[in-house]
Amino acid sequence: MGSIEKASQVPDQNMLSVVKRQRIQDFFFHKITLGFSLLVLFALLGIIISLLINAWPALSKFGFQFIWRVEWDIVNDEFGAAIAIFGTLVSALIALVIAVPLSFGIALFLTETCPVVLRRPLGTAIELLAAVPSIIYGMFGLFIFAPLFAEYGQPALQSTLGQMPLIGSLFGGAMNGVGILAAGIVLAFMILPFIAAVMRDVFEIVPPILRESAYGLGCTTWEVVRSIVLPYTQKGVIGGVMLGLGRALGETMAVTFVIGNSQRLSASLFSPGTTIASTLANEFGEAADFHLSTLFALGFLLFVITFIVLSLAKIMLIRAEKAKGTKS
Amino acid sequence: MDLTIYKRRQLANRIGLTLSMLAMGLGLFVLLWILFVLFSNGIAALDWAMFTQSTPAPGSDGGGLANAIVGSLMMVVVTALVSTPIGIFAGVYLAEYGDQSKTAEWTRFVTDIMLSAPSIVLGLFVYAILVAQVQHFSGWAGSLALCLIAVPVVVRTTENMLRLVPGSLREAAFALGAPRWKVATFITLRAAKSGVMTGLLLALARISGETAPLLFTALNNQFFSTDMNAPMANLPVVIFQFAMSPYDNWVRLAWGGALLITLTVLALNILARVFFRDKAQA
Repeated sequence: MGSIEKASQVPDQNMLSVVKRQRIQDFFFHKITLGFSLLVLFALLGIIISLLINAWPALSKFGFQFIWRVEWDIVNDEFGAAIAIFGTLVSALIALVIAVPLSFGIALFLTETCPVVLRRPLGTAIELLAAVPSIIYGMFGLFIFAPLFAEYGQPALQSTLGQMPLIGSLFGGAMNGVGILAAGIVLAFMILPFIAAVMRDVFEIVPPILRESAYGLGCTTWEVVRSIVLPYTQKGVIGGVMLGLGRALGETMAVTFVIGNSQRLSASLFSPGTTIASTLANEFGEAADFHLSTLFALGFLLFVITFIVLSLAKIMLIRAEKAKGTKS
Repeated sequence: MDLTIYKRRQLANRIGLTLSMLAMGLGLFVLLWILFVLFSNGIAALDWAMFTQSTPAPGSDGGGLANAIVGSLMMVVVTALVSTPIGIFAGVYLAEYGDQSKTAEWTRFVTDIMLSAPSIVLGLFVYAILVAQVQHFSGWAGSLALCLIAVPVVVRTTENMLRLVPGSLREAAFALGAPRWKVATFITLRAAKSGVMTGLLLALARISGETAPLLFTALNNQFFSTDMNAPMANLPVVIFQFAMSPYDNWVRLAWGGALLITLTVLALNILARVFFRDKAQA
């Protein structure tokens, strides 16, 4: 009884001041945490604006033409991004073509066929592959992979795919290991763990009842994955692939070591090329004035391209996440 | 029953599963191969001199990576000290206040993109706002570039870990009359402590191997220096420079550095996992 009476009493001055103080503390706590989160937001705006300002001399001189001009003449200040963009897109594309089926296989293995005891260690192993710094992939590519590729891989490709009409010229030319194709292959193994990890995570959200019903109808594991799991997780899988694409487009070190760094356009995938990121890594140190501004313009382009790809990836993954809430 | 269809389905199943196993095998093989190559090439350079002597001049024998190791450590420590509070505060905001607010939604979106943004562009950004303004490369600039990479990692893991804290714990604290900031710091953050630590360790692992953003910010320094206001030697850039060089001694040291960096990064990753597993079992 006593305690009820106490509670119904008007709170005294002391308690009121405590409440007031806590209100103020809460207010500041809210604003401070909000401030830090805005800091992150403004960092992105700052990046875009500062890149644009520094790139302006080059962008205003060449305009949109900058994107498809092929010249890269440092002496005469004639620049175009076409070769770097081409190298970036082609090496990323090669990486995806190799990495997507492999990641799918790994995700399938980890979620469907792998013995339960091995799931965790094997999953961790793949995640560790993602943790290896990109410069290590670069060194590995240059010193170990490229010589092997020149001796065995390239001759094999040239004598098979190189003999075919239409695509034959892609596999022609000198075989010295480094080049766009080698960069694409090294990139593939770099982005593979990222894609595989996302695929494994989205495969796991498929409600067991769907899977079990399919097995109950007599489906084989392969059929369950192809006609139940994949359609159900479509958006998440695409999101994961786009995430890998974003990584591949912006990767610097792994590519710089093995692409050969040459500002020339060639029909053959064996020939050296360059990407936006590797051009930046190689030339920024010695660049000055207008050349510097073009490099900023390249950086700006790279940022815009990856921003778009990553945004699409994110939207896909958010949708996949939402589907998990409604369909199960 | 149509046995041919049955057999064809069985065959497709077997081929698919075999291929998936091969993919897994290939992934593991690449990991082991990389580790094997690192050990077989790096172990030769891994001696006492590597930790006590500075990087040698081009073409000369001996020398070590002491200046680069110290430079890397200093930059990573500064980065950790700066990005931890920023990341945790922003993460707390997203988890505690972020349910209906548009700001939080945007921040979440942006951090997710920054997580995979090309790191070389972040280096360009720091060059433009800091290096170009003060006209010299510096360890501070390197740390700033690394912060831009580390903060999103900390923000996202902190938010995710805070969200794992059961709502009843929060409600219980609120019912006792605790103000919001006390609930956030003394209850949820404390409950999610090991998860947040995991995030920090992962961020550390991520930045210790980053090379691209340091190329135009910290640059490199041939000599031993602990001055954060001057160009600073650091392992990744030294590895890059030495590995591309024609000198055998430099290449040898590059392998040694590569082994050292990889072991550090893998150790941090495994430590992070152990931390989190302990929490999950508790």
